[in-house]
Amino acid sequence: MLIMVFVSLVERAPDGGVVWGRFTTVAYTQFFYEENLLGEMSFNSDYMQIYLRSILLAGFTVLATFVVGFPTAMYVAMQEPGRRALLIFFLSLPFWVNLLVRNYAWLLLLRANGLLDQALMGLWITSEPLNILYSNTAIAIGLTYSFLPLMVLPIYAAMEKFDFSLVEAAFDLGANRVQVLMHVIIPGVKGGIIAGCLLVFIPGLGSYVTPVLLGGSKSLMIGNLIEAQFAAARNWPFGAALAFVLLLMVVLAALLRALLLRHRQRVAP
Amino acid sequence: MIIALQLYLTEIRLSFLTVQAVSHQYAGTDVKVLNNVVLPIQENEFFTLLGPSGCGKTTLLRVLAGFEVPTQGKVLLDGQDIVRIPPWKRPVNTVFQNYALFPHLSILRNVTFGLKMRGMSRAARHKAAHDALALVRLEAFVDRMPSDLSGGQQQRVALARALACKPRLLLLDEPLSALDYKLRKEMQGELKRIQQETGTTFVFVTHDQEEALAMSDRIAVMQQGRLEQVGPPSDIYDRPATPFVAGFIGDSNLLPAEPGAGGRLYLSGGTDLGVPGAAEAQVMIRPEALKIDTDGPLSGVVNDLVYSGAATRFGVTLNDGSGTVQIQQPSASVSGISIGDLVSVAFDPNQLWVLDR
Repeated sequence: MLIMVFVSLVERAPDGGVVWGRFTTVAYTQFFYEENLLGEMSFNSDYMQIYLRSILLAGFTVLATFVVGFPTAMYVAMQEPGRRALLIFFLSLPFWVNLLVRNYAWLLLLRANGLLDQALMGLWITSEPLNILYSNTAIAIGLTYSFLPLMVLPIYAAMEKFDFSLVEAAFDLGANRVQVLMHVIIPGVKGGIIAGCLLVFIPGLGSYVTPVLLGGSKSLMIGNLIEAQFAAARNWPFGAALAFVLLLMVVLAALLRALLLRHRQRVAP
Repeated sequence: MIIALQLYLTEIRLSFLTVQAVSHQYAGTDVKVLNNVVLPIQENEFFTLLGPSGCGKTTLLRVLAGFEVPTQGKVLLDGQDIVRIPPWKRPVNTVFQNYALFPHLSILRNVTFGLKMRGMSRAARHKAAHDALALVRLEAFVDRMPSDLSGGQQQRVALARALACKPRLLLLDEPLSALDYKLRKEMQGELKRIQQETGTTFVFVTHDQEEALAMSDRIAVMQQGRLEQVGPPSDIYDRPATPFVAGFIGDSNLLPAEPGAGGRLYLSGGTDLGVPGAAEAQVMIRPEALKIDTDGPLSGVVNDLVYSGAATRFGVTLNDGSGTVQIQQPSASVSGISIGDLVSVAFDPNQLWVLDR
C-alpha cells in the first residue's frame, strides 16, 4: 500500500513505470483537471463521473441484494437445522464457479435476442429486444447476482443467533408483522445487515469483471479505469492515485460501520 | 342429571374465560397434546395449570395467547370466540419463561413497547410504564439495559411489560422456574400481591405443586393432555379425584382396600379402616396423617428414617402385606426409634380419602 501511495506521488515515465525520486502531485490534479495542448488547466468531471457511477452501481447492488437477501436469510434461518445446511450449500454453490464464467452466462442471457429477450417476446410482454446488455442495468444485474451470497450469509449468521422467542413476545405485546420486523428483527440482526452491506459495497465498488463483460464502453467503473491506466495508458502514477482514492472510500465505509455499531453498543448509564 | 347439566352450562356461560372442548394435535403427529379440555376461569382469579412436563399445560397457555390455533374447540373471552384472533389483537399478555426482554431496548422502552405498538402517546405510555415499574418496585431502573439486570429483576421487568398493557388476562409460563429458592419464595408473594392489587386474571403454569398450592385460587391438574381435576388447593390436596392427582400433589400413601363386614373398607390384612365402602378401592393417607404410636391397629418394621429438623420421616413396611407407607411426624415424639424397630401405626379414619380403584 505504501508503494501504491509512493507511486501515485512521483512522475510518470514515458513508457510505463515511474521516474523514481521526482515527486509531484500531478496524478491527483489530473483527477479533477485536464491540461489542454496550450498548457491551460480546465475542470474535468469525467473521472468523477466514473466514481459516481461506481458508487451508484455499488449502492444499488447493496439495495438489491438486501431486498432479495434479507427474506432469503430469514427464510433459511427459520428452517429446521438439517434443511438449513442444505439451503446454505445451495446458496454458496455459485461461488464454486469462476466469476468470469458466471458473468459470461449473464452475457448470453441478456444480449439482444438472447434468452431473456426471447422469453419476454415469446410471452408477448415485449415486442422488440430490450438491449439491456452493455448498459448500467446489465452491470447492476450482474453485480447483484454475483454478490447476493455475500449479503445472505452474514445476515443468516446473525439470524441464526437471533432469539426468535422475542418475535413471539412482540406479537404478544400487540406488534403486527411489520412492527415486529422493524422494531425487533431488524435491530436484532443489525450487525449482520451492516456486515453484508459492506461485503457487497466494497468489492462492488472496485469490481472489474462484471463491467468488462456486461458494461459497454460508456459504463466504465473504477476497476476498469485503474486497469486502463496501468495497462493501456501506461500512466502508473495516475492509476495508483485512482486506487488510493478508492481505498479512501472503502476506509470511509468501514468507519461508517464502526460508527453505526458503536451506536448500538452504547449502554445508557 | 339435567339440573346438573344446566348448572354446568350456566357456569360456562357466566365465566369470564371459557376453554370449550379444546383439543390440539401438532401437525404430523397423532398425539393429542390437548384432549377435550373444558375449563371455565373466573374474572380476577389466580388460576394455575399444574402438571408434569409434557402434560399439555404450556400448549394450553399458547392457545390462550394465540400462538397455537387448536385443532378443535373454542376459547371464549367475555363470550367471544378468540381462537382465530391473532395474538397481537388479543387483550392477553404473557410473561415468558425466559423473560424474552428486548436486548436492544432500555427497560423503559421494553415496558412501553406494547403501548407504543398500540399507538399510545409518548406521555401516556411513559406514565403507564412508570406505574407498572412502580408496581414491581423497579422505578429506579428505567434507563438500564436488560443485560445490566439480575434474573429476578428481569423477571419483574417482564411482568411490568405485560401489565403495562392492562391485559384482561395475564398468562405466566413457569416464570419462577429460573430463580433460586429464596427469590422464588419472594416472587411468589409479590405475584400474589400484584394480582390482587391490579385485579387482573392470572393464568399461571407450573410443574411445582408447592408453588401451585401456595398461590392459587384454583388449580387445574393436567396429565397427558387431559384435565385430571379442577378445584381450590385444599380440594386438590385433601380430596384428590384420581390416584394421579393423589400421587402428584404432595406425598401420599395409596393402599388397596376391600369391602367387608358392616359395609366398611378393610385393608388386605383385615384391618378395619372405619370408612364406608362397597367396592374395591384405594385409600389415600398423607404421611402426616399416620402416626407411630404404642397401640395402633397396624404394625410394621422401620426400614428408612430421614431426620429433617422439626419433622422425621419414616418408611415402615407393614406386616399385613399392604406395602410400605411413609410416615411423617414431629421429631420430638419419636426420638427413640431407629431402623429395624417393630412399631405400631395409628391413623385417624377422618383423614382417609377413598379413591376408586
